[in-house]
Amino acid sequence: MGGNPNSSHRNSSDLSHHDSFIWKYIFSTDHKTIGIQYLLMSLFFLLFGFFLMLLMRWQLAYPGQPMPFIGKMFGEINMPGGVMLPEFYNQLGAMHGTIMVFLGVVPLGFAAFGNYLVPLQIGAKDMAFPRLNMASVWMFFVAGVMMLLSFFLPGGSAGNGWTSYPPLSDIAHDGQTIWLFAMFIIIISSLLSSVNFIVTIFQLRAPGMTFERLPFFVWAQLVTAFLLLLAFPPLEGAAFLQLFDRLLGSSFFIPSGLFVNGQIANYSGGGNALLWQHLFWFLGHPEVYVIILPPLGIVTEIIACNTRKNISGFDMMRYSVIFLGFLSFIVWSHHTYLTGMGTNITAFFQTTTMIISIPSIIIISALFITLWGGSIRFNTPMLFALAFLPMFGFGGLTGLPLGLAATDIPLHDTYYVIGHFHYVVAPGVILGLFAGIYYWFPKATGRKMNAMLGHLHFWPTLITMNLVFFPMLIQGLMGVNRRMYDGGATYLFAHDVLYWNVIITWAAYVLAIAQFPFIFNFFYSIFNGEKVKSDNPWESATLEWATPTPPPHGNFTHPITVYRDPYSYSLEGAPKDYSPQDQKEI
Amino acid sequence: MLRKIHDSDLVPYKVIPREDTGLYNAKFGIWLFLASEIMLFGSLFSAYILLRVGSFSWPVQSEYLNVPIGALNSVILLSSSIFFIRAWVALKADDIVKYKKFMWLVIIFAILFLCFKGVEYYQHFSHHEFPKTSVFLALYFLLTGLHALHIIGGIAVNIYYAGPGMYLRAENKQWFINRVEVAGLYWHFVDVVWIFLFSTLYLF
Repeated sequence: MGGNPNSSHRNSSDLSHHDSFIWKYIFSTDHKTIGIQYLLMSLFFLLFGFFLMLLMRWQLAYPGQPMPFIGKMFGEINMPGGVMLPEFYNQLGAMHGTIMVFLGVVPLGFAAFGNYLVPLQIGAKDMAFPRLNMASVWMFFVAGVMMLLSFFLPGGSAGNGWTSYPPLSDIAHDGQTIWLFAMFIIIISSLLSSVNFIVTIFQLRAPGMTFERLPFFVWAQLVTAFLLLLAFPPLEGAAFLQLFDRLLGSSFFIPSGLFVNGQIANYSGGGNALLWQHLFWFLGHPEVYVIILPPLGIVTEIIACNTRKNISGFDMMRYSVIFLGFLSFIVWSHHTYLTGMGTNITAFFQTTTMIISIPSIIIISALFITLWGGSIRFNTPMLFALAFLPMFGFGGLTGLPLGLAATDIPLHDTYYVIGHFHYVVAPGVILGLFAGIYYWFPKATGRKMNAMLGHLHFWPTLITMNLVFFPMLIQGLMGVNRRMYDGGATYLFAHDVLYWNVIITWAAYVLAIAQFPFIFNFFYSIFNGEKVKSDNPWESATLEWATPTPPPHGNFTHPITVYRDPYSYSLEGAPKDYSPQDQKEI
Repeated sequence: MLRKIHDSDLVPYKVIPREDTGLYNAKFGIWLFLASEIMLFGSLFSAYILLRVGSFSWPVQSEYLNVPIGALNSVILLSSSIFFIRAWVALKADDIVKYKKFMWLVIIFAILFLCFKGVEYYQHFSHHEFPKTSVFLALYFLLTGLHALHIIGGIAVNIYYAGPGMYLRAENKQWFINRVEVAGLYWHFVDVVWIFLFSTLYLF
């Protein structure tokens, strides 16, 4: 043991070995550094995926017109003369979905926030397997780089939609193979993470931190980790099958007598294209809850703290999230109503789909009821959290017609579907994640983010997100297909609602501009933000605020014992309106 | 040289089980990992079922596959599992010579398994039977190939604990016993998967 022999604090003497930049920030095993690595990478991917969509939106609003300024930068292969080719449009669409879901939202909600906060909130010094944690963040990085580089392949990146349905994806060019390999690495990375999270939450809770006293965020992360653990492997299996098809010429997904370009394709056949759909959506539907649950947890923390009262129906929320986790494994086939499943199977999945909306509604209702009678503080994180509730609720409600088989028939594969799940993911989940960044920024950096810039970020974002996604619902109800490269110009019945395309596109561009205050705020506040005066600037009761700011390696300066529930606000007889979990007297 | 990472003081229950869960971290972790492995192989088995049920004609599997070699391989793999348990028991009793003997037996039997598997593959290839020949053969190659990958991973771990990894025992005996136990759980799992593979592919 080197370092300063007089140092009474063991961690600080340990750290002196590792002061060099590389060991402290690049190859770190500290869960907080890893969380921030995930945060920065996934924010980059979110921005990148958004950028892909902005390119597509130009083509949808002005089909066949050259893109001004930047159109020529994409080369003659993709955009000759600045006009987007359909093949490139397909690549953008597939990569937008893949990057947003697997490299953006999930790592941000689950891995970034989870890594930073779960050990802090349960009173642990680190994750259970710190080196596995580092392995998973680096695998994630490699997978992300592979996805990005696949754009430079001769045929471009994968272009078969983020769902990669065969037989198209089986016979597509090499970008799809890279997509599959990158997905392998992502799956292994998330497998390592989820094992790590579950073991951490079960094994490393501080004394007194019973399961009843876990904050809702930790519960959400626990259920999310189980979903990732058990739902991702079937996609891995499916990816093996597809790789076999692509590289070794087998026909798992290729039916007998498949015609390609008017000629019978040279495959032995005997496969089943629907097999992929079932394996994919067996992951795909739990994945939806993987996306939703972490922001729900974040919003719960923020609402409890900023209404200064306990969450109403906290028990119900806990049971709901567990129930939701179980049920999310048996709803996947509502994505495949139109594949010719039998009506009995359809009825089953329709029923489970309707049932799964109940726990979600309980959770949202509990959060709404919590607002009643609270003394609400309208700070920036709270604004985002409050906007999350109706937006997420709206996203959920627009999903009900898709969950019912009869109404799904006209709505299937229209812009209504796009509008629905983007309402869940963009104005819902992304606002929740922004709320989390604003809320925990002071803990990670010791400085608050600027409130004025926060408003400048929040209001335009909220308004333009609705301007982007609500018209899609209208277009979808008119039957505009979601995959049309010209935005529906070739379809007569779509002509009445085509003018929305221009509005959506410009709203999306304003939405992009509205992110600049956030980006500036984020980096500016790291160095120049208003310094926080205490370790607990929001006066929260949960454990992550009981650490120094920013928390050192090892997190807590003293042994933690937990005495009460996570949301102990405005307790009767308490001297303050919050009673930290680790304080013996209220 | 890798720098020694000093997380050992940060994480409790690495060696001694936590009272309320009754598990040490790695054991909990390996059970979770095996749960995800069950989902992986489960998805492939369900793919097998769906493809077989949906096909017009399915070959008589035992005519394609070499059942005697498959049966022999089952015996080999099962005995290697038994050897692993004996190795672990010997390790707990501090009998290092016996531990090493059984560990190397495990490894040799695993390599033997792979050799027989290779013989089978060679027979298929020389009969021009490839994944692209039929869906059944593709499933056979995929499932047994994935299983063989698991065996190779297991062999690597077992060699490490039988040889170069022994220095870990000098640092903490109980911890080393735990590590071997966790490796053993994985090994038994790979074994169980083979039982399912053998009965599904060779016998049905």
